[in-house]
Amino acid sequence: MQHEEQGGESLVSIRKADIVVALIMAAIGGVVIMDSLRLGMGWSEYGPESGYFPFYIGLAMVVASLGTVATRLFRKRDSGGSFVERQQLVDVMKVLLPAGVFVFLIGFIGIYVSSALFIGAFMRWLGRFPWHTIVLVSVCVPLALFLLFEIWFLVPLPKGPLEDFLGY
Amino acid sequence: MEALTSLIGGFAVLGDPANIMYMFIGITLGVLIGVLPGLGGANGVAILLPLTFSMSPTSAIIMLSCIYWGALFGGAITSILFNIPGEPWSVATTFDGYPMAQQGRAGEALTAAFTSSFFGAFVAVIILTFLAPLVAGFALRFGPAELFAVQLLTFCSFVGMGKEPPFKTIASMMLGFALAAVGQDPSTGELRMTFGWYEMLRGFDFLIAVIGLFGIGEILLTMEEGLAFRGKSAKINPRIVLETWKKLPRYWATAIRGSIVGCWMGITPGGATPASFMSYGLAKRFSKNGANFGRGELEGVVAPETAAHAAGTSALLPMLTLGIPGSPTAAVLLGGLLIWGLQPGPLLFIEQPEFVWGLIASMYIGNIAGLIVVLTTVPLFAAILRIPFSIIAPVIIAICAIGAFTVNNALLDISFMMVFGVIGYAFKKLNYPLAPLVLALVLGDMAEGNFRNAMILSDGSMSIFWSNALVGGICALALLMLFWPAISAGMRLLRPGTSRRPAE
Repeated sequence: MQHEEQGGESLVSIRKADIVVALIMAAIGGVVIMDSLRLGMGWSEYGPESGYFPFYIGLAMVVASLGTVATRLFRKRDSGGSFVERQQLVDVMKVLLPAGVFVFLIGFIGIYVSSALFIGAFMRWLGRFPWHTIVLVSVCVPLALFLLFEIWFLVPLPKGPLEDFLGY
Repeated sequence: MEALTSLIGGFAVLGDPANIMYMFIGITLGVLIGVLPGLGGANGVAILLPLTFSMSPTSAIIMLSCIYWGALFGGAITSILFNIPGEPWSVATTFDGYPMAQQGRAGEALTAAFTSSFFGAFVAVIILTFLAPLVAGFALRFGPAELFAVQLLTFCSFVGMGKEPPFKTIASMMLGFALAAVGQDPSTGELRMTFGWYEMLRGFDFLIAVIGLFGIGEILLTMEEGLAFRGKSAKINPRIVLETWKKLPRYWATAIRGSIVGCWMGITPGGATPASFMSYGLAKRFSKNGANFGRGELEGVVAPETAAHAAGTSALLPMLTLGIPGSPTAAVLLGGLLIWGLQPGPLLFIEQPEFVWGLIASMYIGNIAGLIVVLTTVPLFAAILRIPFSIIAPVIIAICAIGAFTVNNALLDISFMMVFGVIGYAFKKLNYPLAPLVLALVLGDMAEGNFRNAMILSDGSMSIFWSNALVGGICALALLMLFWPAISAGMRLLRPGTSRRPAE
């Protein structure tokens, strides 16, 4: 795979990220164990109680994750390099944050309008396309999707004030 | 032979023109999906699955499996032209495929790739046709304990055979099980891990996880490479195709070897990816031109492609006969079958033969149709990839969001999809395997159910798991797999004098 090394500074090393994620996993395992204890992990007359299976799942998760942490801690030298470099993180955020806003907006103005705004914003800020291209694509694509899903497949998708106004 | 008569009956199902149409639509969509990043095989099938709810299960699964096919073919296009593997199992194809494209021999590489895929898949389907009823018949003797043992073996194989560190494999798998457990316990009806949040009653749908992990996660990873998406142009015309076809028979040994490796790996949940690498490695070692591999050797494309497609196809065998998917995409198809109320496993062959054989018949024709479609439309798909990433990325994300929504008509699922996307991104970077997570999510409830039933049968005693040779054998194998990493590390340490590779 072509990788364009931009010589970015490493923000987080793989080692640190590995340990953090493993600890998070262990924490999740802990939550699972807690809930299993609440449900009961023994045996009732009907067989294993609700919490039986999840308890062992949680336990395995905690043990495995702590194992990962231990393996990492024992290998003192920082092998593996960088988890994410500054430029890479910026690039990823360029997608993640607008996508987050997009998802948030869906609940308010419907998916079609949100998509139009999302595509348009992307094309403007990251693609630097001329305005007429932006408007063309960011209107046509959601429109095509609308025809595809609402009219042809008859699959209802979240809609907002604009569609209400147009009578859908 | 009984299998042949059933197969012919299956072809009759395809006589329905609607099904043929679905086939072609499926293949076209599949190639499109395979070609676009973030919409790969498992994800694409996951997104389109809810749309097929209005069709009959037979038509739906035909279309979905053709999408699967198309995606298999499509992955090769991006590997060769853009050096971007469309699917994990197309990575090995980039080794020789991209250099060939750089030398201006893209058409040759593509033809070789597609034809090899066709060959590998064809061999696998034939084996599937004859092996499936046998396995299904055998599997009828499986009770809940045996079924659980097989599922246990599946998961332990991930630990034993996977190249990811075993701790991470286990953690990833357990996360899948934990997510599967959220919601209502199917046996007792109690609420697990919902924490009073009403929306969590439904639990996590594997489709959302797949779309997030493989779709959004993929896009995030692609973003890291910067927004560059430049590819080589491909000229593919009948002349090139015929010329390449004349060269290919020379590599019949590689092709057969690749198909066998693929079939074997596909049936076990190793999957298409290791199959393609293994086939490439074997071919490199055994070929006369081995030294030339990596610099544009045609054989270097034949080997991984036959294996990957044979594996991808034979992954459907355990899915149909035992209910154990051999790959994430097969897992999604399995989930689809469950949603339609079809219980994959030995009973499927008895209760729904028309469905099963219709599906198998469609694999033959779908394979042929796929080859034709793909050979004729390569320039079109290559052109699509030239659409700047800044347009494609948001469109793909929007499609993923739609896909996530249509599963349960729940807005919350779209947010979950994003969370899974971040998880997928982080996991891929940290070398946590995603396949066991998905499989655990799909099989979690079933595995627990089997375990429960086995326990009830044995009145709470674990001894049911070695009560007969079958169960005992499978469990022993499973435990071997589970502890294999420890065993092989131990063996390495005990052997004096051999160069000690630093333990991972």
